[in-house]
Amino acid sequence: MRLNEHPILNFQKRRGKKIKIYFEGQPLDAYEGETIAMALHAAGIRVLSYSGEKHRPRGLFCAIGKCSSCLVKVNGIPNVRSCITLVEDGMRIERQQGKEEIPKTVKPPQWKDAIKVEGDVVIIGGGPAGLMAAINAAKAGAKVVLIDENPMLGGQLVKQTHKFFGKREQFAGVRGVKIAEILIEQAEKNENIELYTETSAIGIFQENDRKLVVAIRKNKELVEFWGKAIVVATGAMEKMIPFENNDLPGIYGAGAIQTLMNTYGVKPADRVLIVGAGNVGLILAYQLLQAGVEVKAIIEAMPKVGGYFVHAAKVRRLGIPILTRHTILRAEGKEKVERAIVAQLDENWKPIPGTEKVFDVDVIALAVGLRPSIELLHQAGCQIAYIRELSGHVVRRDARMETTIKGIFVAGDAAGIEEATTAMLEGKIAGISAALYSGKSNISWLKEIEKTQKELTEFRSGPFGKHVLEGIKKVMVGEINE
Amino acid sequence: MSEKDIIICRCNDVTQKEIEDLIDQGITDIEEIKRLTRIGMGPCQGRTCIPLVMRIIARKTGKKIEEIPVPATRVPTRPVPMGVLAGAMNNEE
Repeated sequence: MRLNEHPILNFQKRRGKKIKIYFEGQPLDAYEGETIAMALHAAGIRVLSYSGEKHRPRGLFCAIGKCSSCLVKVNGIPNVRSCITLVEDGMRIERQQGKEEIPKTVKPPQWKDAIKVEGDVVIIGGGPAGLMAAINAAKAGAKVVLIDENPMLGGQLVKQTHKFFGKREQFAGVRGVKIAEILIEQAEKNENIELYTETSAIGIFQENDRKLVVAIRKNKELVEFWGKAIVVATGAMEKMIPFENNDLPGIYGAGAIQTLMNTYGVKPADRVLIVGAGNVGLILAYQLLQAGVEVKAIIEAMPKVGGYFVHAAKVRRLGIPILTRHTILRAEGKEKVERAIVAQLDENWKPIPGTEKVFDVDVIALAVGLRPSIELLHQAGCQIAYIRELSGHVVRRDARMETTIKGIFVAGDAAGIEEATTAMLEGKIAGISAALYSGKSNISWLKEIEKTQKELTEFRSGPFGKHVLEGIKKVMVGEINE
Repeated sequence: MSEKDIIICRCNDVTQKEIEDLIDQGITDIEEIKRLTRIGMGPCQGRTCIPLVMRIIARKTGKKIEEIPVPATRVPTRPVPMGVLAGAMNNEE
């Protein structure tokens, strides 16, 4: 089902031309500019594949190209990530059955050299951190190339309908979706920034003093992006938790639900149970109500709500129960989620027998945290460390966001899970630092870095920031700016 | 609770029970578990399963997460049609 009325977003205006796609031979309506997974979900299709070993039904999970849970066959070719591949008129889509083979009729590829793109600074990821890095590196004098594997820039900002906190110059009072528009426009207008969407980085290499990002564009062509410096702003990946039937279609990451309803205007569900009462879970509950979805409850394993008090108060006012000290035992349903069974936890985190509750829901939202996407940095050889306060493994880096490999910088959630405002500030620092490293910038830009570092410190002065700062201290190489 | 229905690795259909059984047999090294079960070797390249496997190892062996090495990340870090690495992908039938 599609959303046509929304208090903040206008989908009729956003939707492209109506086209026809075919799923298992059946014609379906889709709109140009949306991804395969979104069109299928709108048509009520939840099962995208059956797994190879145990023949379990599988569906969407992360919706941003990371988890590979949404693989389908497109025009006979298997292993297509349906969540980031755009629909095309007449496209034939089929459920994937385990590890499928490429059809015998496919001709062998013709040998061809990769397309080469040159810049001073190559930025991987076009979310808040990557866009700010691009805009500021270009301002500081560098020629910038930015790549992102999604069809749309803006990262997770494009799905945030709530207004931001902070200072005026940090977009306080502006909705995330609007901040994305502002940043994208600034990047598009800048002659020194080249933007490549639907382009996945698959490896980072070094040749003398030049760096190479090898990428695949539209799953069809190999592109080499050469530069002096690289900024990795690859964001985060939704965490999964172990419970019975945790792979049943309809168990979605919180971000996937936001992608469905806030980016593409697809109603994610009729009734939802949210697991996790951090800020993501709380904001998600409110956004689901905006989309006309019933939220049965939010459950949280910790003894108290993790997110900001204002968000929790708003959710409670709207009548959504928040059950702390509760966990999910299992999901039930034939082929897709029909029920969620939860139970109360004792002091030793063990479910208390007899406290089971059943929620009749068609989607279970996992808002159990994110972890930094560091694959490319790890592959490149940057030193990594496990830092609990930053929500997982992160790279060691200095106050200018440079990793242990000279010329490779990091920013945003990829450097440690925080929020969009800090991602933008870190992106600015990383972008200017990368421009300086490339030799195209002027030393006077150091002042701008110092100013931004101060803003970051101020923003982190609250209780949430203190926790993050503890983590940053552990991962920091060299002096810390405070 | 049916342990066999707790999926740790979606790509290769590995359950929590299968990993716990290996650890009970004395196989506690993440690289060995990876080679025996193919966790981290599917299309998602361990994005979902590796943190879960590390937590199971930590819980069963008493090791800290910090002490468990992260399996290597290799190129390509994304699922890629082999034909594209050689040149133009020819999709036409």
